[in-house]
Amino acid sequence: MAYDKFNILKSTAVPLPIENVDTDQLIPARFLKATERVGFGDNLFRDWRYNADNTPKKDFVLNNPVYTGKILVGGKNFGSGSSREHAAWAVYDYGFRCVVSSFFADIFRNNCLNIGVLPVQVSPEFSEKIFSAIFADPNTELEVNLPAQTITLLATGEKETFEISPYKKDNMLNGFDDIDYLQSIKPEIEEFAKQLPI
Amino acid sequence: MSKTLFDKVWDTHVVRKIEGGPDVLFIDRHLIHEVTSPVAFLGLKSRGIKVLYPERTFATADHNTPTINQHLPVADPLSANQLKALESNSNEYGISHWGLGHQKNGIVHVVGPEYGITQPGATIVCGDSHTSTHGAFGAIAFGIGTSEVEMVLSTQCIMQPKPKKMRINVNGKLGLGVTPKDVALFIISQLSTSGATGYFVEYAGDVFENMTMEGRMTVCNLSIEMGARGGMIAPDETTINYVKGREFSPKGEAWDRALAYYKTLKTDPDAVFDKELTFDGSSIEPMITYGTNPGMGMGISHEIPDAEHAEGGAATYAKSLGYMGFSEGDSMIGKKVDFVFVGSCTNGRIEDFRAFTSIVKGRHKADGVTVWLVPGSHIVESQIKEEGLLDILTEAGFTLRQPGCSACLAMNDDKIPAGKYAVSTSNRNFEGRQGPGSRTMLASPLVAAAAAVTGMVTDPRTLIEELV
Repeated sequence: MAYDKFNILKSTAVPLPIENVDTDQLIPARFLKATERVGFGDNLFRDWRYNADNTPKKDFVLNNPVYTGKILVGGKNFGSGSSREHAAWAVYDYGFRCVVSSFFADIFRNNCLNIGVLPVQVSPEFSEKIFSAIFADPNTELEVNLPAQTITLLATGEKETFEISPYKKDNMLNGFDDIDYLQSIKPEIEEFAKQLPI
Repeated sequence: MSKTLFDKVWDTHVVRKIEGGPDVLFIDRHLIHEVTSPVAFLGLKSRGIKVLYPERTFATADHNTPTINQHLPVADPLSANQLKALESNSNEYGISHWGLGHQKNGIVHVVGPEYGITQPGATIVCGDSHTSTHGAFGAIAFGIGTSEVEMVLSTQCIMQPKPKKMRINVNGKLGLGVTPKDVALFIISQLSTSGATGYFVEYAGDVFENMTMEGRMTVCNLSIEMGARGGMIAPDETTINYVKGREFSPKGEAWDRALAYYKTLKTDPDAVFDKELTFDGSSIEPMITYGTNPGMGMGISHEIPDAEHAEGGAATYAKSLGYMGFSEGDSMIGKKVDFVFVGSCTNGRIEDFRAFTSIVKGRHKADGVTVWLVPGSHIVESQIKEEGLLDILTEAGFTLRQPGCSACLAMNDDKIPAGKYAVSTSNRNFEGRQGPGSRTMLASPLVAAAAAVTGMVTDPRTLIEELV
């Protein structure tokens, strides 16, 4: 599915300094029943965000108007658990284009890259700096520069570089997905299939 | 050059390597279910492309399905709609569809092996993280997202960077009451939920060699819970005896060719792993989790560790114990249990029901405990009946439900109510996993059985010894 190109993102950020944020928190299983990709943003962090009677939980960060922005900053081991791409869809549909963490779970990271959410892995020290800066001033802006592969705290100029494979970087910059590429090598795939041992 | 088992299977399936990017990996078998496939089919439709090899794809409905009265229409309209979408998409693209009511319907990771779809040395994917289960056969099997489901449907390939390799060795004799589930929960408690992220694991050592295929599947199933994309065990006689003659297993000459391939599937003696860990199997005791991720597990006779020994930050740890209603230093033995769930792709196989029955035999379900026994497939269900287990279970006050994922992720009506405690043989104890507000303690079928007959967390060894 096509997504918006990603180049340089300058935004305030929403802090969620909890470790091991799992996919069941990102999108609880009971909200996986759609057959189309619509409405997942409303249920992002559903059970942390809303009480059983659907009233907002005041103490959850997404319900705090002080914190806004297109960047979500999470704790270590973000996105562990299920392979549900719905978790990444919920993040994207809510309006985030980038998730920052000191460590990502594997499948979640892949899913993000496939749908246009940029996972930015930073050092634990830089992660702490970002959290402190946001808590000190919720208007703190971050700049995520994909071409340069840097993330910068704009107020102080402190920055770190992050990793992304050249192939995925190119995809994100252009809004491409893997299916376009795979379709283009189909004859090679069909030839390959003929010589498999099983 | 010396290769690991993983290298051999991976390299056999690389169609093309992309400079500065992932490998294009050919997928032998693709399993799909109702939850993570509909949007992938929508993608195919919007691009106007077909399924390249429908005969390599198998569809079963499991996540949403009710586990009682399966002959009746599914009451929840959203679930019914997803099940219908799986059926119509499968029909439209020529994919085998094992829907609700079909004899082959069941949990995708239980029926795949049962019908011989799972093969040693194969690459297997499914839009479900517990696809790692199939690694028990020496396959490379892992969970994928919906975009990748669409890739596999349309081109039978996905694009993956080759992961790093880890070997986990466990040797020694397992103690009384220690099951494959305990071995896996022990390893995860040592590595944490992120300890194997970025790695593909090979399990080696006599503990795994001595396991049945069911036990190996339980271990490989839980690989994802320590962050690994998958885990695998080299195929041996046990594997080949299991695979031979199953409906979708190779036959005749194809079997001979396959067998020759299977025999190459082991790590060369001098192959190197990026990381190697060794544990003593005899030191493992029956395990139970006390927190809200599978890494928060301990021997059942231990006490809940202090925050300073916790892997996550202190705040995360406190949040987790607070959710569970437990405190540092608590003993788990004697904690009240409201629900017991036996089933799921982790522990929904015949051996798990044999284990459960071995403890409840001659005893009775405790008052006040609700027990859901959910076989992984109709084959498991039939075995439970044919082996006489059902008679014993009925005598002890238990009933058997129908196959499906059930309370593992509570997408159907099998939800643990808010605040209630469940001992569950499934794979995740995340907040709200088994229903909003539910509190899950992961454990083996033996620990589940001990809880079912006592109404509290009980060391199953005390009940086994009474019987001896």
